[in-house]
Amino acid sequence: MMMILGVPAPLLFGQVLLGLINGAFYALLSLGLAVIFGMLNIINFAHGALFMMGAFCSWMLLNYVGIGYFPALFLAPLIIGIFGLVLEKTIISRLYKLDHLYGLLLTFGMALVIEGLFRNAYGSSGMPYRIPDMLQGATNLGFMYMPNYRGWVVLVAVIVCLATWAIIEKTPLGAKLRAATENAPMVQAFGVNVPRLITFTYAGGVALAAFAGVLAAPILSVNPNMGTSLITTVFAVVVIGGMGSIMGSVVTGFGLGVIEGLTKVFWPEASATVVFLVMVIVLLTRPRGLFGKSA
Amino acid sequence: MLEIKNLNSWYGESHILHGVDFNVQEGEVVTLLGRNGAGKTTTMKSIMGLVPRREGSIKFKGAELINLMPNQVARSGIAICPEERAIFGSLTVTENLMLPPVIAPGGLSIDEIYTLFPNLKERARTAQGTRLSGGEQQMLAIARILRTGSKMLLLDEPTEGLAPVIVQQIGRTIREIKKRGFTVLLVEQNFRFAATVADRHYVMEHGKVIDMIPNDQLAANMDKLHEYLGV
Amino acid sequence: MFGFTRTQTIAFLVMLVLIALAPFFLYPVFLMRVLCMALFACAFNLMLGYVGLLSFGHAAYFGMGAYITGWTMKFWHVDASVAIALGGLTGAILGLCLGYLAIRRSGIYFAMITLALAQMVYFFCLQAPFTGGEDGIQQVPRGKLFGFIDLSNDMTMYWVVASIFLAGFLLIHRIIHSPFGQVLKGIRENEPRAVSLGYRTDDYKLIAFVLSCTLSGLAGGTKALVFGIATLTDVNYPMSGEVVLMVLLGGLGTVFGPTMGAMILMTMENYLAEFGAWVTVIQGVIFMVCVLAFRRGVIGEIGGLFKLKL
Repeated sequence: MMMILGVPAPLLFGQVLLGLINGAFYALLSLGLAVIFGMLNIINFAHGALFMMGAFCSWMLLNYVGIGYFPALFLAPLIIGIFGLVLEKTIISRLYKLDHLYGLLLTFGMALVIEGLFRNAYGSSGMPYRIPDMLQGATNLGFMYMPNYRGWVVLVAVIVCLATWAIIEKTPLGAKLRAATENAPMVQAFGVNVPRLITFTYAGGVALAAFAGVLAAPILSVNPNMGTSLITTVFAVVVIGGMGSIMGSVVTGFGLGVIEGLTKVFWPEASATVVFLVMVIVLLTRPRGLFGKSA
Repeated sequence: MLEIKNLNSWYGESHILHGVDFNVQEGEVVTLLGRNGAGKTTTMKSIMGLVPRREGSIKFKGAELINLMPNQVARSGIAICPEERAIFGSLTVTENLMLPPVIAPGGLSIDEIYTLFPNLKERARTAQGTRLSGGEQQMLAIARILRTGSKMLLLDEPTEGLAPVIVQQIGRTIREIKKRGFTVLLVEQNFRFAATVADRHYVMEHGKVIDMIPNDQLAANMDKLHEYLGV
Repeated sequence: MFGFTRTQTIAFLVMLVLIALAPFFLYPVFLMRVLCMALFACAFNLMLGYVGLLSFGHAAYFGMGAYITGWTMKFWHVDASVAIALGGLTGAILGLCLGYLAIRRSGIYFAMITLALAQMVYFFCLQAPFTGGEDGIQQVPRGKLFGFIDLSNDMTMYWVVASIFLAGFLLIHRIIHSPFGQVLKGIRENEPRAVSLGYRTDDYKLIAFVLSCTLSGLAGGTKALVFGIATLTDVNYPMSGEVVLMVLLGGLGTVFGPTMGAMILMTMENYLAEFGAWVTVIQGVIFMVCVLAFRRGVIGEIGGLFKLKL
């Protein structure tokens, strides 16, 4: 068997793949957080809870309505996105004139409510979600056997991240978004309905989280706590990357996932904390974050 | 075309405009003159709805604007070129130019804009709008609102801090768009420049309009004007 | 003394009387929980209410204080006073290290960084052998205070906890009304101006942070002693959220708000314990209501109603 740095190659590549999957979730979530922060100036603490709702939504679609994985990949983000739209319209929009910290506290409260309700209804133990038949099995890549579903998650996540980047950086809609992030009143004075843009931005960020949730459903067990364990790590990812750049969020997300995977191979005890350690190093050397802009 | 009556505006606790009255006829170029802090920029922002609180009446083509959001004011056909120019650094020059949505037919085409502002054509590929020189930024800020089809333009100190040759170019632009039937409300510190483009001048002081001088009577009122502006 | 206004002095005396009488009417163990959490909340309020920095990871200092007090009591058999002091010291050292990192950013980033750092502490506690993992450190003896006061009696323990709480409460009030505290307020109002006046604002923020963490560690240690247990619950982020909620509910930046908030929340949890996950939902709802409609908190509203500074 091939060995790399004293570690069997399949184990190493396996962990890198797992890292990429975690990285995919980090990237999708931190991307949404960054986009929402840019427009709304709030850190959406409920992001983890909405990720969890995405997973639950696909589970419910399957078990209550009989709608399978692939339709759920579109439907769940749509449904949760609409839920986010309602949240923004009815609750979050009341906060824009206040200190940013209130947005964090409000969405933290939301996260507690959402998670508490799901825990009441479904308990804390996880529920399985079967990998769709088409993505069952594994492919021999020569140096390792790759479970098809895991390859699919990484592929789809990369595509969605790139698509989000392209929408924001390369389209007229994206130009409006970027301009409104810089100077919202001026953009509104040009005739753009900025409040509506804000609402849809929130819904879009939420839909990204829900999409990640659907992708995660067959990998992690679908349970009410799956979001919170992720969101604190995602916060560290956001601090490391800085929220100034879309591509930065994506690269940081995937990169940290891989670092985490490699740590599992070489120093398993530290794998849960390595992202935070990286954050400490970044804070010491580049407090603004790797891709952060000044101020 | 634009009729403003008893306009009051506040920033938080401070009362900035104390009952501003004036009007602009269709096809006119009208200036607001006055010292720093007289309330000229606040008047512009109040028309657009960019102040936290305002009262009074702003009628545009007969429709009341006082309770509209900035985007609705813009959609009714008024476009602003703000004093700070508001060129977006995260947008390319072309993106900046194309940012304001077209709200009505009759705006200038891109080709016409490039004919008016040849520099912008050369710089169209510049990645960051804020990389442009001050004069180029000012041209971009004017150019982008000419595209939208808005026929009423608010230009807030377009010549501030610019080289004479560029000031001349902006003067030519204003005369050109007047010829095309645009209506312009212009805020100026520099009344010598204002005299070359405007039909009438309103003088503001302490948040009020205190006088109106038609451009052809400017010479006769020079002493009065010097006193108003303290120059 | 301590910079109390006249109303505040009266309110303080009322609080003293209530603390003295309460154990004759209510369970001392419940009251001790309230007092520990109240001290924790007061310590937290020092940061959020007076420096204007939201730390979302104060459970780390509370929980580590609890672990160290519990560990030293159980395995080193030290005096209770030493164990509690070590709890506070733990909070101080941890606060110094993590605060040094966190104060490099402000506002929303400060909140995220403190949360992430606290999560790191949590994962450390989850894996480190000395914390006992999921079981925590159990059956911590209360031992003796100063070698001769036996703390196994609930009433004795209560008076000790009450003294610690009052000492912490007065210390915080003294800090706020010292010249140091005035500079903190200046930083909160306008940091660039404080910098231009020549204050090294980062140093001030760090000192305030360490003080806040010290008292949090003290509160955690005391709690471990009272209940004989230190677990992951004390160090995990819901505890951080809880202390934010206590301060928000009671009244941000008020003198008596955190104590009031702790009392309300602990009472609520006491009665709602049987409803399980609904406690989280209710906490979440209170959070949202406080932020949307009730930003001054209970004490802030009462103070506003009677135009008093409480």
